[in-house]
Amino acid sequence: MASQNETNSRGMSATLLNLEHCTIRFGGLTAVSDLNVRIGENELVGLIGPNGAGKTTVFNLVTGVYEPTEGRIQFSGEDIVGEAPFEITKRGIARTFQNIRLFPSLSVYDNVRAAFRLHIKHGVVQAMWRGGGFVAEEQGIEGQVMEMLDIFKLGKFRDVPAKSLPYGDQRRLEIVRALATRPKLLLLDEPAAGMNPTEKVDLMKLIRFIEEKYRISVLLVEHDMQVVMGICRRIIVLDHGVQIAEGTPEQVRANPKVIEAYLGQ
Amino acid sequence: MNPAQPTSKEMGAAQSTAVVAKRPRGSNLVARWPKTLLLAALVASFVLWWFSNHINPYYADILIKIGINIILAVSLNLINGYTGQFSLGHAGFMSVGAYTSAAVTMFVAPSLIGATPSTALTVACFVLALYVGGLVAAVAGILVGAPSLRLKGDYLAIVTLGFGEIIRVIFRNIPKLGGALGLNGIPPYTNLFWVFGTAAICTYVVLALVHSTYGRGFIAVQDDEVAAEAMGINTTRYKIVAFVIGAFFAGIAGGLYGHYTLSIDPKGFDFMRSIEIVVMVILGGMGNTTGVIFAAILLTLLPEWLRTFEQYRMILYSFLLVVLMLTRPQGLFAWRRKTKPILAA
Repeated sequence: MASQNETNSRGMSATLLNLEHCTIRFGGLTAVSDLNVRIGENELVGLIGPNGAGKTTVFNLVTGVYEPTEGRIQFSGEDIVGEAPFEITKRGIARTFQNIRLFPSLSVYDNVRAAFRLHIKHGVVQAMWRGGGFVAEEQGIEGQVMEMLDIFKLGKFRDVPAKSLPYGDQRRLEIVRALATRPKLLLLDEPAAGMNPTEKVDLMKLIRFIEEKYRISVLLVEHDMQVVMGICRRIIVLDHGVQIAEGTPEQVRANPKVIEAYLGQ
Repeated sequence: MNPAQPTSKEMGAAQSTAVVAKRPRGSNLVARWPKTLLLAALVASFVLWWFSNHINPYYADILIKIGINIILAVSLNLINGYTGQFSLGHAGFMSVGAYTSAAVTMFVAPSLIGATPSTALTVACFVLALYVGGLVAAVAGILVGAPSLRLKGDYLAIVTLGFGEIIRVIFRNIPKLGGALGLNGIPPYTNLFWVFGTAAICTYVVLALVHSTYGRGFIAVQDDEVAAEAMGINTTRYKIVAFVIGAFFAGIAGGLYGHYTLSIDPKGFDFMRSIEIVVMVILGGMGNTTGVIFAAILLTLLPEWLRTFEQYRMILYSFLLVVLMLTRPQGLFAWRRKTKPILAA
């Protein structure tokens, strides 16, 4: 799907997300300042920076939780500033959260099913009437949910409340749930937080797998250098809300500004 | 299903599946044959009404009260239990329905169907009155819901409480509706069939709604609004739908109540009435319809059982409530919401 317009004359993929001169201020604090980010189709981009650099704020800007004070945000060529989070999700941006936010009392199955809301035809009336169309649609959804759960090795937890899953599985379930909204762009907010080295390796494989299987773009916010350097072909570095570097992992690693931001002078 | 040889990993998965409770959530009787059960319940309430002459009037009176409380509690459970919006205005919606439907049968119906109508016409008029009452209550639900659903928790509770009180004051100051004295001479149309039939429909509607992909959104809103919004769920819309459906059935319950007691006054729909319904929902277990139905039955019967204690009755009632809440804080009938162990020790 994305591969059709994969390349243009400059050898880069078509623009999916475009942030132009985005600034957001909270009172006197400028959390993100004049940020320009461009993400192409089927691209895996890393967004890194020290604590408080404004990485999660960027996510909240893109997903409509905050509105930028200045600047504009375009997705697939259309302005999305001012839209509600659910409308932005409808356009094809899905996210996970830094501190996992599953639906704790719903089962693993229902967590993913709830994310099918955007793609169902039935509403209140059909759910009450329970006609043939409704039953067929529900069965179709069940098949799709179980397929996704099985791909991500969560099928055996189908009826377990999400809150009682082990930590690593909760992270994975959150990614599956985001994928169930059928996004074009997946935003992952510190997916490796709290994971041990083995889990991190699994996570890297998982992210690569998602990128290849679903042919979507991924924007990854991460603290863990091993993970970011391992999978991203392009990395953007933020410090104090300002972009200080951008490039391949090697370029970023060698950039004196980045070293200074992380280690101090 | 898989023809391939099971690997050791798959065996492990199969074993832990055995530990995980087998029963898929929502695949219970109600979810599998909802329409059949609804029909059975309607037939049962018809039979109950058919034999109502053989029922001791005292018991029949309690049965009617139980039925009305079931409608109120189950519909409030959609708002408070499933969607997690703490509303204290249910008696307010009930009063809107009670007054509206009473006004229809008393002031509008005679001019429509004449002074001595046939039974069929009377019944049709009563059903119409109930629906009008429910619809007006639903509109009240939108009016209260739309602006106040931006509020959360305690704040929403206070706004809905304020709504209930305002409605009460309004009815007290409309002379045509009897003012503080109340409205008397409502025709006695309510019987066991109407009450339990409505209770069955109300329960069916709430369960059918919640047991659908669309309806999982209600629980998602309760669990985590931010995450729900990020998954493409329009949380405001869901809350309003919950309020509208809840208020609609509260309005119908009010209509049934009015045509049973034959006289309604604003005091009967005060804050305490709302609390009574909220207690049924909490005691039954938020978002557990079966539990809420049992709690509605129990809390209607309890004051009757305690009649032998005469003046100590309400003290004992309150005391029992405290004991119940201390011993079963998750709700009397919360078997299903219990966290199941995943891994064998």
